[in-house]
Amino acid sequence: MLILTCPCCGVTAEETEFHGGGEAHLTREGPGSDDAALEGYLFHRENPRGVHFERWRHVYGCGKWFHAARDTATLEWFGFYPAQTSEPPEALLEQIRQKRPGWRWRDFA
Amino acid sequence: MSDPVSALAGKVSEGPVRIEDLAPRAMITVRGKLSDTAITEALASVSGLAMPGQRGIAAEGEKRLAWMGPDEALLILPRAGLDAALSGLTEKLGSAHALVADMSDARALFRLTGEDAALRDTIAKVAPVDMMRFPTGEIRRTRLAQIAGAFWMPQEGTVELVCFRSVAQYAFDLLSQAAVGPRVF
Ligand SMILES: [Zn+2]
Repeated sequence: MLILTCPCCGVTAEETEFHGGGEAHLTREGPGSDDAALEGYLFHRENPRGVHFERWRHVYGCGKWFHAARDTATLEWFGFYPAQTSEPPEALLEQIRQKRPGWRWRDFA
Repeated sequence: MSDPVSALAGKVSEGPVRIEDLAPRAMITVRGKLSDTAITEALASVSGLAMPGQRGIAAEGEKRLAWMGPDEALLILPRAGLDAALSGLTEKLGSAHALVADMSDARALFRLTGEDAALRDTIAKVAPVDMMRFPTGEIRRTRLAQIAGAFWMPQEGTVELVCFRSVAQYAFDLLSQAAVGPRVF
């Protein structure tokens, strides 16, 4: 059982009050992009053992989308942050560096 | 114009926790950034209640003013005040970036009364909420078994609960059954 804290309304609740929205920080490739970029956007996903960034929605609560960072092996949450960003906040990245030295996820490290 | 009726026409379940389908009230949703004082002042002026902070709900008589999200507020009033509140809000909001929607017929409203521990126990059985610590004056939008709903305690010994009107019977049956049977608290 995952327990999340919504950064939009501040509620801490278990995962059945939320809905997972898949990998975070994807770049949406559309008309004008080449085939490889579109294929990557549609199908290629990270599947890490360790640090991972995801989108979640507080579907039964305030209804808002937000971002979350967690460890897929230990299920530890590193933090929750607003949806209106294309990269995790530096303070969160620094916290993950302290806890998981040498971690890497796509272009973040 | 036909008279408004509540979803379950005032149905009551008696027991350690009394569950009552309340008569229709005016329910108005206002969408717009609650950090904008033009919006919170319009809500306060029309309702006569102070706009509460995050997850707060203000209550006075039949009136309720709730923080539903960073950009959503819910105003509950006696049904007779609906038209005046809608026009009052629209006028007071002026050019503020906001939306006023009459949701009065969209939801069912229940009142649960009983011993405090029995009430908390009933809600704890159907929602993933730590009812041991749930305070009065807070509104919680959450899951009630298989449906979405929200509840608050206007005072100790009373829970008020809303859900979509289409699932009112499910909510009533769910709460009635949760109210009897083994106790956790
Ligand atoms: Zn939330």
